[in-house]
Amino acid sequence: MLSTAPPLTDHDVELIRRDFPALAATVNGEPLAYLDSGATAQRPLAVLDAEREFLLHHNAAVHRGAHTLAGEATELFEDARESVARFIGAQVEEIAWTSNATDAINTVAYGFTNASRGRGGVGARRFALSAGDEIVVTEAEHHANLIPWQELAATTGATLRFVPVRDDGTWDAEDARAVIGDRTRILAFSHVSNVTGFVAPVDELVAAAHAVGALVVLDACQSAPHRALDMAALGVDFAVFSGHKMLGPTGIGVLFGRRELLDAMPPFRTGGSMITTVTMESAEFLPAPQRFEAGTQPVSQAVALGAAVRYLSGVGLDRIEAWEEHLADRMLRGLAEIPGIRTIGRPAGHARAGLAAFDVVGVHAHDVGQFLDARGIAVRVGHHCTQPLHRRLGLTASTRASGYLYTTTDEVDRMLGAVADVRGYFGVS
Amino acid sequence: MADPLSGLYQEIILDHSRRRAGDRVLEAADGEHFERNPTCGDEITVQVAFEPGTDRIAQFAWHGSGCSISMSSASMLAEMAGGLTAAELVQKVGVFREMMRSKGGGEPDEDELGDAIAFHGTSKYVMRVKCAMLAWVAAETAVSGG
Repeated sequence: MLSTAPPLTDHDVELIRRDFPALAATVNGEPLAYLDSGATAQRPLAVLDAEREFLLHHNAAVHRGAHTLAGEATELFEDARESVARFIGAQVEEIAWTSNATDAINTVAYGFTNASRGRGGVGARRFALSAGDEIVVTEAEHHANLIPWQELAATTGATLRFVPVRDDGTWDAEDARAVIGDRTRILAFSHVSNVTGFVAPVDELVAAAHAVGALVVLDACQSAPHRALDMAALGVDFAVFSGHKMLGPTGIGVLFGRRELLDAMPPFRTGGSMITTVTMESAEFLPAPQRFEAGTQPVSQAVALGAAVRYLSGVGLDRIEAWEEHLADRMLRGLAEIPGIRTIGRPAGHARAGLAAFDVVGVHAHDVGQFLDARGIAVRVGHHCTQPLHRRLGLTASTRASGYLYTTTDEVDRMLGAVADVRGYFGVS
Repeated sequence: MADPLSGLYQEIILDHSRRRAGDRVLEAADGEHFERNPTCGDEITVQVAFEPGTDRIAQFAWHGSGCSISMSSASMLAEMAGGLTAAELVQKVGVFREMMRSKGGGEPDEDELGDAIAFHGTSKYVMRVKCAMLAWVAAETAVSGG
């Protein structure tokens, strides 16, 4: 479904850019056109200031100590959790901090591993896998949402199955239903593809998974920064995303899990701060989210992520989503007019995130990226951590331009102009 | 307007990336090695066949896919590898590696590296050094028997 919100305008974007001093850089003598937000986003002053303010005036260890700073730090840390919970329509107990989305997926996957080994008692039996059980992913997954499941399958004897993608790199609920079966225990997929920009039909997939008693793990890395999410409405069991892709710092990520699931799932990282009673023989764990937060947490990063989601909400996720549709549409229509460009994913006119990955036929993606860099244009090149998808499409690498709320129409046009010159420069026709 | 990329994409490099000298498959090789650059997916297989009873390279072949830097450096290596002993090739790889680690500093050794001194400019682009090294690293292992 295409968004109906009034998009940002170029004028709005110019005002937003004042909050992002990093975007004013000059690269190779040209004004920077940062089209790599899908990899990591730039951060607004509000986020940088929040982290600095915390460190200057409130820094202390959280959840321990009786002194004033410890109290302030704990309050700000938990305020940030509340901001993130509100941002995605979740309860505060359903938000566990992780170091990034990869870490969050591993937390879930190793929760299943530990349950399969008998940890967590009776309450964790629903997470125990054995031979014959199935884990279903798609062929388009980022490696972070593939390899932890490969490991889980290898250690439990479960079978990893995948939903194949079509020639345009997309798939649909019908394709998924053909793979989901009675033995499916986990369905894991990305909400928005980091390569095709394809938006998964979450409602239908959740219904199909829950019909067979499977739990749904949503990789929201490319959706949480760019569109309004409501976990209760989506109905997924787990969701993960990274702070640094949504105007926040690196080193902080989020695991969302439905409350009764998080409280029952055995932790895989154990130690300080996640226990109630400890003897020399054993320990009892705190309920979620603390049971997943062993050891000292990235506190200032969490505080800054709280500021980031408040900044995003202030601009309005619906407006950001609509603006990115404009950006993607312009990218796709422009690329389609350039000879020798193969765009990955569906053409303009379908809902997709504000990104476009493409192959410049006859020129390796690294050379494309280098050529664009000389003109100040930053794009991602390589397999974007999706080797199976690229292999399926007959590619080893591609070039990806990804925009965000601060990306201008002019930057997209500069990218298109540069791409049009690539094949001539490298002598390919 | 001066081409800001001329230090990296010298004409001889672009020429070799299209010409791909030595891009073929040997039916019988004495040494063979496969290398991949996991960050970009570039890959190459280098094969060598020695003159009978020696470790002097009679045939040097490579096959792979990658960017213009990795493909042209394979092409240049293929043109200079024939007739070298295994030890001589390993020595050449060592000199090349030293140049690629120079970040644009020092004077490249033209006697040892010939046209491959063109990659001296590439050594300033730290993210492309591995591209240039790919075939050479594969060759180093291939002449040792793979």
